[in-house]
Amino acid sequence: MITEIGHFALILAALVAVVQTAVPLVGAHKGWRSWMVLGDPAATLQFILVGFSFAALTYAFVVSDFSLRLVFLNSHSDKPMLYKITGVWGNHEGSMLLWVLILALFGACASWFGSNLPVSLRARVLGVQGLVSVAFYAFILLTSNPFLRMQAPPFDGQDLNPLLQDPGLAFHPPFLYLGYVGLSMTFSFAIAALLEGKVDAAWGRWVRPWTLAAWLFLTVGIGLGSWWAYYELGWGGFWFWDPVENASFMPWLLATALLHSAIVVEKREALKAWTILLAILAFGFSLLGTFIVRSGVLTSVHAFANDPERGVFILMIFGGFVGAALTLFALRASAMEAKGVFSMVSRESALVANNVLLAVSALVVFVGTLWPVFAEMVLGRVLSVGAPFFNAAFSPFFVLLSLILPVGAILAWKRGSLRKALTPLWPMAVLAVALGGLAFAMQTGRSALGPVGVVLGVWVVGGAAVDLWQRTGRQGIAARLGRLTRLPRADWGKFIAHSGLGVTVFAVAGLMAWEDEDIRVANIGDRWQVGIHEVELRDVYREEGPNYMATKADMAVYRNGREVAVVHPEKRVYPVAEMPTTEAGIRNGVLRDVYLVIGDPQNAGGWAVRTYIKPFANWIWGGAILMAIGGLFSLSDRRLRVAAGATKRKVAPTGGVPAE
Amino acid sequence: MRHFLLILALMAAPAWAVQPDEVLDDPVLEQRARDISAGLRCPVCQNESIDESNAGISGDLRVKLRERLVAGDSDEEAVQFLVDRYGEFILFSPPKEGANLVLWLAGPLLLLVAAGVGFASVRARAAAKGPENLSSDEQARLDEIMRS
Repeated sequence: MITEIGHFALILAALVAVVQTAVPLVGAHKGWRSWMVLGDPAATLQFILVGFSFAALTYAFVVSDFSLRLVFLNSHSDKPMLYKITGVWGNHEGSMLLWVLILALFGACASWFGSNLPVSLRARVLGVQGLVSVAFYAFILLTSNPFLRMQAPPFDGQDLNPLLQDPGLAFHPPFLYLGYVGLSMTFSFAIAALLEGKVDAAWGRWVRPWTLAAWLFLTVGIGLGSWWAYYELGWGGFWFWDPVENASFMPWLLATALLHSAIVVEKREALKAWTILLAILAFGFSLLGTFIVRSGVLTSVHAFANDPERGVFILMIFGGFVGAALTLFALRASAMEAKGVFSMVSRESALVANNVLLAVSALVVFVGTLWPVFAEMVLGRVLSVGAPFFNAAFSPFFVLLSLILPVGAILAWKRGSLRKALTPLWPMAVLAVALGGLAFAMQTGRSALGPVGVVLGVWVVGGAAVDLWQRTGRQGIAARLGRLTRLPRADWGKFIAHSGLGVTVFAVAGLMAWEDEDIRVANIGDRWQVGIHEVELRDVYREEGPNYMATKADMAVYRNGREVAVVHPEKRVYPVAEMPTTEAGIRNGVLRDVYLVIGDPQNAGGWAVRTYIKPFANWIWGGAILMAIGGLFSLSDRRLRVAAGATKRKVAPTGGVPAE
Repeated sequence: MRHFLLILALMAAPAWAVQPDEVLDDPVLEQRARDISAGLRCPVCQNESIDESNAGISGDLRVKLRERLVAGDSDEEAVQFLVDRYGEFILFSPPKEGANLVLWLAGPLLLLVAAGVGFASVRARAAAKGPENLSSDEQARLDEIMRS
C-alpha cells in the first residue's frame, strides 16, 4: 500500500512541477505578482511529494518487499541494512528518483533562502527549475518507473552488485548527484537572467553560492569515487579515465571555470555573456554525463542500464534544454554588454586564462571520451581511447594552470603590474625549484614526473600562502598576524582551496612516479623486503560474511625490524551475484601506504601475493578535501550570507580589493 | 554441498592481474613488458588494461607479449604482433595517423583558438571606454536628483 501511495505521490509531484513551471513563468512575463509567488508553495509541495515517494521506495528496500520488481533485482534479504538503504540508488530507476529528489530539493532551497531575490527573478528561477523537473518526471514515469510490481513475488532477491556494497561507493552517488543536479540551479539562474534581460553584479552574487555548493558536492563525490576505486578494485589505481568518471569530471572542470568567472561578473561586471554560457554548458555536461551513464552508450564498469529507449529520451532532454538555452542566449546576447574595463595585465585577464585552460581541458576530455563512438559510427573503426591518451593530452593543461595560478591570484583587479605581483612570489619560486631539484637528486633513474609534481605543488601551496599573507597589509608581524584571523572567510577559502589543488597535483605526480610493486608466491611464514618495509604472510583462512564467502589473510608489516601493523586482505565471493571482489589490506601512512592483496592459491603450494608501496596516496584525497573545505569557507563568507536582503541595493558591487 | 563446490570453483576461476609465474627473470625485460601491457586493453573487459585485468584472455596476451620480447622483438614489433591479431581496439592510445589526428590535435588546436578569442576579448576590454559617459536618460535622472 505504501508503495502505491509513493507511486501516486510521484505522479502528483510531476503535476505540481507542471504548475511550478507554467504559472510563475507566465506571471513573470505578464507582471502578475500573485502568479509569480505561486512558485514558492509549489516548490515546497513538490519537494514534500517526491520526498515521500523516495521514502516509500526506501521502505520497500528496507523491508525487502520482493513483490517490487526493483527490489527483487537489486536486493537480498541477507544484505546488511546499510546496503539495503544505499541499494535504493544503486540501480537505474532508484538513482533517477534520487535525481528528481535532489532537483526538487534545490528548487525548494531557492524558494526558502531566496527571499532576497527580486520576485520576478525568483519566479523565473523556480519556473525553469520546475521545467527541468517535468522532463525528468516524464522520463521516470514513462521509461524507468521504480514502482512496478511483480505478478508472482519471488522468495528472495538477486542482490546488489557486490562492488557497490561498500561504504565509499554507498555515498558516492548522492554527493555526485548533489553536484550534478546543483548545476541545474546555476542553469535556472542563467535562463532566468536571460528571460529578465538583465545580467549584473547582483546576479553574479546570487548565483555564486549555488555554483559553490554544486562544485563542493561534486568535488566530494568525485573524491569519494576515486578513493573507493583505490582501495576496492585491488591494484590501487585512483583514476582510470573511464567514460563514467569523465562524465563527472567534465562538469567539475566547467563548474570550476564558472566559479571563477562568476567572481568577475560580481566584482567587475565583465565576462557576463561567457559566464551565462558556462552556466548553460556546465549543466549541459551534467545532462550529457547522465546520458553517458544511463544509456550505456560507452559501456564501462559503471553502466548498469543498457536500454536504447532511455538513452534516446535523455538525449532528447539534453538536446531540448541545451538547444533552447543556446537559442535564448543568442537572442539576448545584447543584454549582456560588459561594463567593467580592465587592462591586459589584471586579475580579470588571469581569470580569463584560467577559464580558457579549464574549458579547453574539459573539451579535450569530451573529445577523448566520445571519440570511440564517433570512430565506430562514422569511420567504422573500433578503437579505444584510454589513460595514455588522457595523461598526455590533459595533464599539460593542469601544469599550465598550476604555473599561472599563484601569479594570477595575486594580481590586482583592473590594472595590475606583473613586477609587483612577482616580487613577493620569488622566494616561493626559488623554494619550489630547489625542492624539485632535491627530489630529482634523491631519486635514481626515475621519470621527471615526481620532481615536476614537487615544483608545482610547492609553488601552488606556497603561492597561496603568500597571497593570504599579502592580504594582511604592511604593518608589523604582530599586527599582520592579528589581521590574518580577521580576514574575510572568502580569502581563507581561496587559500585553502588553492592549496588543496597544489596538494592533489603533487600527490598524483608523486604516486605515479614513485610507486613500488612486488609480485610473488608466498608460503605461510614467508617474510620479504619491499622498499623500506618488510612484509610477512602469517596465515590464510576462510571466513563467512553475511552474504559472502571470504579467503582472508593475516599479514604483518615491519619497519626496521619492528612490527608496525597487521592487515587483513580478503578475496570475497558473493554467491548470489556470482561475483568475486578484492578487499585490499592497507596500512595507511602519512608518506606512503603499504597496500597488500592476497591472490590465488598456487598449484605448487603458497599464495600469489602482491605488495604495492603507494607514496602520498592519501594526499590525493586530502587535497580534494581541502578544496571542499575551501569551498565551505567561501560559502560561509559574510558577503554571501547577509548579501542582498533589504540592504543589498546599497552595497556597491565592487567590494573587496581596491584596484591599485 | 553443491553450492559450496560452486563457490570453490568460482574462487579458483579468476586469475588476478599479473601472476607470479608469468613474471620474467630479466627485470629489464619484465619492466618493458609491464610498461607495454599497461597501455594495452583487455579485449573482453570494460576499460581495463591487460596488466590489471583478471580475464583469462588478458593472461594469454601477457604471456604472448613476454614471449615476443624474449624472442627479441622491439616494443613496437611486439605491440604490432598483438594488434595484428586483436585489432587496434586493444590500443589505449590510438595511433597518431589518419582521422585520429583530429583526436590528438584537438587539445592544442582548441587551446590556440580559445587563447586567441580570450586574448581578443581582453584586448577589447582594455581598449574599451569605461562607463564614465552617462546615457542621456541617466544624465536627465542625475540632473533631477541634483535639483531636488
